[in-house]
Amino acid sequence: MTKRAPPGPLEYLRRWPIRLWLLAVGVFLYAPLIALMAFSFNDSRRNIVWKGFTLKYYEKAFNNDGLIEAFANSLTIAAVSTLLSVVLGAMVALALWRFRFSGKTVVDGALALPIVVPEICMGVGMLVFFAKVLPWPQGLVWPLNLGAIIIAHVTFSFPFVAVVVRARMASFNRELEEAARDLGAGEFRTIRDVILPHMTPSLVAGALLAFTLSLDDFVITFFTAGPDTVTFPVKVYSMVRFSVTPEVNAASTILIVLTVILTAVALKLQGDPAATAGAHGGDKA
Amino acid sequence: MEQSWKKAKAVFAAALGPPLVWLVVFFVAPMAIVWAYSFGHNVGLTEISFTGTIANYARALEPLYLKIFVKSAWVAALTTALCLVIGFPVALAITFASQKAKTWLLLLVMLPFWTNLLIRTYALIAVLRTEGYVNQTFEWFWNLGAKVAPLGAYQPLELLHNNFAVILGLVYVHLPFMVLPLYSALDRLDKSLLEASLDLGAGHLRTLFRIVVPLALPGIASGVLITFIPALGAYLTPDLLGGPDSQMIANVIERQFKRANDWPFGAALSFLLMYLTFIAIAVQALLSKGRKKEGVG
Repeated sequence: MTKRAPPGPLEYLRRWPIRLWLLAVGVFLYAPLIALMAFSFNDSRRNIVWKGFTLKYYEKAFNNDGLIEAFANSLTIAAVSTLLSVVLGAMVALALWRFRFSGKTVVDGALALPIVVPEICMGVGMLVFFAKVLPWPQGLVWPLNLGAIIIAHVTFSFPFVAVVVRARMASFNRELEEAARDLGAGEFRTIRDVILPHMTPSLVAGALLAFTLSLDDFVITFFTAGPDTVTFPVKVYSMVRFSVTPEVNAASTILIVLTVILTAVALKLQGDPAATAGAHGGDKA
Repeated sequence: MEQSWKKAKAVFAAALGPPLVWLVVFFVAPMAIVWAYSFGHNVGLTEISFTGTIANYARALEPLYLKIFVKSAWVAALTTALCLVIGFPVALAITFASQKAKTWLLLLVMLPFWTNLLIRTYALIAVLRTEGYVNQTFEWFWNLGAKVAPLGAYQPLELLHNNFAVILGLVYVHLPFMVLPLYSALDRLDKSLLEASLDLGAGHLRTLFRIVVPLALPGIASGVLITFIPALGAYLTPDLLGGPDSQMIANVIERQFKRANDWPFGAALSFLLMYLTFIAIAVQALLSKGRKKEGVG
């Protein structure tokens, strides 16, 4: 090993106090999650002392019909609401990017509301809406019974998609659109062949965001879900309220692994997270 | 140049129509109904009459509920302050890391952020509860010590179901909300200014407080706002980690709607929480505007 030069003035990462700090923060963020995952393999009901490796809690989780149903509900809701959110988000982003109209600031502000309004307030709004205005019919066949939750999820997801898509469209050269028109492309073709290709990375990013938001949401779903439309977080919530069981650990581990895979896919598709993390972090090479 | 909507009315309507209708029907309308409810009162079990009364707001400002509002604001402020103190060195280290280390560190910060909130809260319960990992570890050391000196039986620490657990949980959940905007602000700093400060003899701490913090202030402000708002309206963390005295405003709202069945009062509380949120946003907007003006003058 070659001898390393002393840290430069701005190489904070190579100074030991900062390293220690980072290590402490890392332990703080990860130790609980790693412990949770490790103890899902622990052969002890009380879930405290390591007794040996087992997969029986995974087996139990897979045989827990309620849990599996909740998991399937969550994935279905996430998939459908992501699709709708991406379409609606892209449409509104396109309209706001392309057109000048009176009341644009109002639309802009209204679109930001679902992002900033506290979750609990929106949950309450959904509860009242689906109780009084649009009572979602009970006993519909799956997946139609999930409609109310899907509507709620789309409502809080699509403004996020719109933000991501608009940020991307800001870098679009309008002359390209004009050129396409001059060359004889109609509205539809211009959008499909010129605008959409530029938009695509943001559509993927927006879709992943919407999917995670939907999968993650507890509060708003909690206020919208009926007794026969339980999602994974709502189910885990009711299990956690009673006790800490290895079964929940197993189910959580599966979801964490799923999240890691999704994040990895997102990063592969988007490239360097250093360039995409902050809204404006992308202006360096 | 943006196009006037009149030049392509059909495209304009087709693109803006559906999202706008969705937003109005499924967001604005529900919120408007809640707002209307906040001026009504319960008649019978499910009927609510709109009487234009402000009794619900008057009740919300009674000491009992006012105290919960103040407490929620304090808890959120403390959470935000802790996140800032813990997150700032992390953001700083990421900013000045090599490109490769940067990618990995950002990934490490973002991964918990993408992980389900309920799972993270559950993980904390497992750590903190009476038979949790912290108490297990302490007990093990205690028993080790008991072999040398008579210490008596180990008394487990009560770490869960109190205010400490709520703050810890909120910091745990919201730390990435703080680190990412901080990083994004620090990353845009002109690094030569820092080098100049160091070259001219200022120490690291002095450079930090005289150069980095003032320049990164807009980013710090947005990080503070992004952390404060969700912490103020937090429901799950105080519900699962808190005790009877760690109720936050969201828990009270939930109770009005799901158990006490006093929707008008719950509606009034929701809107007060919403107004608080808007005030926080407005203050931040005003501050950053004032700063911009200063910068020009």
